[in-house]
Amino acid sequence: MNTGNDQLFPLHSHFERPAQQIDAAKLGMWLFLATEVLLFGGLFVAYAVYHYLHPDLFKAAHHFLDVRLGGFNTVVLLFSSLTVVLAIHGAQQGKKQMVLWNLFLTLLCASTFLVVKYFEYKHKFHMGLLPGYYFTNAMLPNPDQAHIFFGIYFLMTGLHGVHVVIGMIVLGWLFYRTWNNEFNPQYYSPLEIGGLYWHLVDVIWIFLFPLLYLIR
Amino acid sequence: MSSHTNYLNAKKGFASWALTIDHKRIGLMYLVSIMSFFLLGGLFALLLRTELLTPAHTIVDAKRYNQLFTLHGAIMVFLVIIPGIPASLGNFVLPLMLGAKDVAFPRINLASYYIYVLGAIVALSSLFVGAIDTGWTFYTPYSTTTDGGVVLMVTAAFILGFSSIFTGLNFIVTTHKLRAPGMTWFRMPLFIWGIYSTAVIQIMATPVLAITLLLLIVERTLKIGIFDPVLGGDPVLFQHFFWFYSHPAVYIMILPGMAVVSELIAVFSQKRIFGYKQIAYSSIAIAGISFLVWGHHMFVSGQSELVGMIFSALTFLVAIPSGVKMFNWLATMNQGSISFKTPMLWALGFFFLFAIGGITGVFLGTLSVDVHLHDTYFVVAHFHYVMVGGTFMAFMGGIFYWWPKMTGKMYSEFWGATSTLMVVVGFNVTFFVQFLMGAQGMPRRYYSYLEQFQIYHQISTIGSYILGLGFVTAMITLLVSLKKGQNAPANPWKAASLEWTHTDVIPIEHNFHEQPVVTEGPYEYR
Ligand code: HEM
Ligand SMILES: [Cu+2]
Repeated sequence: MNTGNDQLFPLHSHFERPAQQIDAAKLGMWLFLATEVLLFGGLFVAYAVYHYLHPDLFKAAHHFLDVRLGGFNTVVLLFSSLTVVLAIHGAQQGKKQMVLWNLFLTLLCASTFLVVKYFEYKHKFHMGLLPGYYFTNAMLPNPDQAHIFFGIYFLMTGLHGVHVVIGMIVLGWLFYRTWNNEFNPQYYSPLEIGGLYWHLVDVIWIFLFPLLYLIR
Repeated sequence: MSSHTNYLNAKKGFASWALTIDHKRIGLMYLVSIMSFFLLGGLFALLLRTELLTPAHTIVDAKRYNQLFTLHGAIMVFLVIIPGIPASLGNFVLPLMLGAKDVAFPRINLASYYIYVLGAIVALSSLFVGAIDTGWTFYTPYSTTTDGGVVLMVTAAFILGFSSIFTGLNFIVTTHKLRAPGMTWFRMPLFIWGIYSTAVIQIMATPVLAITLLLLIVERTLKIGIFDPVLGGDPVLFQHFFWFYSHPAVYIMILPGMAVVSELIAVFSQKRIFGYKQIAYSSIAIAGISFLVWGHHMFVSGQSELVGMIFSALTFLVAIPSGVKMFNWLATMNQGSISFKTPMLWALGFFFLFAIGGITGVFLGTLSVDVHLHDTYFVVAHFHYVMVGGTFMAFMGGIFYWWPKMTGKMYSEFWGATSTLMVVVGFNVTFFVQFLMGAQGMPRRYYSYLEQFQIYHQISTIGSYILGLGFVTAMITLLVSLKKGQNAPANPWKAASLEWTHTDVIPIEHNFHEQPVVTEGPYEYR
């Protein structure tokens, strides 16, 4: 029943056909992405509730976020989505160098994102714009509640940051496997699946950016 | 039946178990772990009931009492009933029933087991920093202010959630992608439909619990003011988040029970199941509706009356698919050639006890009635009837049913039946009186009580001893069979699904000698 080329496709013994193994992996990843969306969903609900309860506070607090840095990071992540797609494209055509370069670029984007985020966080630490207990900034109109905005800000961007790091680990692992010649035009589904995960990381940021930085 | 190697003896040694990716071995490891935690949680329950023999101090003080009921609840919910049937029986049976060699992602399956173990260790380690006393519901603001190992226990529940997600994910993909040739959706045993629906809920609800628990941890450590009113937060938001997961979670608990019972009733009536499609679809319907009723836990938490009315009405809807199943099982038994083997006795126990549990759920879903009954022993009785009387009875039935396939041994029918009887009697003695005292206003989670309730409490405590003895008897019966039991035939119950018809007495590592091809439904008895 095995219609794939045995040398090229590492078929696990409990599957009958390569297509079955690939489909299973993709479906698994899509389901996992659904759980990720729901995980962030809880934070979006929390955001909505507190934005509704304290609209003025949210408006005032968001001025402390740097729209230019946030915007720059948005562009960086969007670009990284492109490079991931190009990496997969390269794998389909068996162009190892193209895959490696694009994965490298993606990792570079991810690191840039984190570095920028580091400076943003540092600035906020400096200003005392911290979650809850540690909030010490006196410039906001309603200091005993202003911390709520920053609690939500740090949670959302922090959890997203954790996902960026996990994404980088995945990308690094894919880079290593490509380097090792494990992929070929018949077998490159790990790249596709890793790519899906990276797109999710981007998409979540696409929602976070306007919600946190561009409040009107 | 030719060769003597099977999944149990194919490989030997500790590592061959600890690192196995065979779904059958993983299922067994889950079974042993879950049962151990069941015994521990049960021990706590007996201590609780003993304390309640008198309204004053009997064996522990009030603080310890609160810790005991929290541990009892958290262990039973997060370590026993939620993983329960899917992770143990589901893991063992699902690929076999589908005619597959394994689940779709065997290594993730093993990972889910270790995540479970890790979660369990973290949960128990909370005992050493001071046991948690919030109740398994972790309601804020109490949970953000009380001392003790709240963070550890909440972290444990968070970790266990991932185990649950991985199991669910595996089952969904396996069901979609690894069915044997000819195994169409409507030729799948109803067990699969139930486990599949459960998996959908696991995937959709668990992440919401995860984020809720994360928020709770952050609230406790950083005081971000999201749930604690003193810091500007909203404690009712926590309840919404919590029940958005935890109501669907009660169906994560019961759907697998219903799934097992569908198999048992059909096999032990030797009759094609009545209304196959209705039972299958009702599982999906229950999974869907379960997401829309969480507000019935919050009728008196300050949600608006209109919202309360809507949630009340939606709650009634859940009873419809549950009722559909009950009537279909009844119709299946009608005119069947019923044999009262031990698994069937558990199934019948389920049938009666779940009926009571489900109907009292409808009472509680009725807005005006619940205002009176909320947070009383009536609620305690309700959920024990569904969780123990329902799910756990079905779980035991399933273990007795698949035991010959798992171990190749037959147990003593006499002791099996005796243990079932003890459990059913003990269970009713323990919990029926709780309906009565709850309706008269005895609040739940109280250390002390008015004189007038003492007789009820004492009856309940005596019942719990019988109940405990029943479960222990059942387990001893199974364990003794490993040493003394007769060798089982490949299909002792004359079942018609693949795990019985197409495997050796004890299945081989890859389940089937050759790929089964399915030509008819799972209930064609002859
Ligand atoms: C016909 C189906 C059911 C209906 C209509 C129903 C209804 C309800 C209602 C309205 C409550 C809230 C009572 C209160 O707190 O005042 C409740 C509580 C509860 N139910 Fe059910 N229920 C059903 C089935 C189940 C099942 C199948 C399970 C578990 C296997 C379950 C487990 C629970 C638990 C654990 C609680 C109490 C939670 C707590 O406060 O600690 N229910 N049920
Ligand atoms: Cu509920």
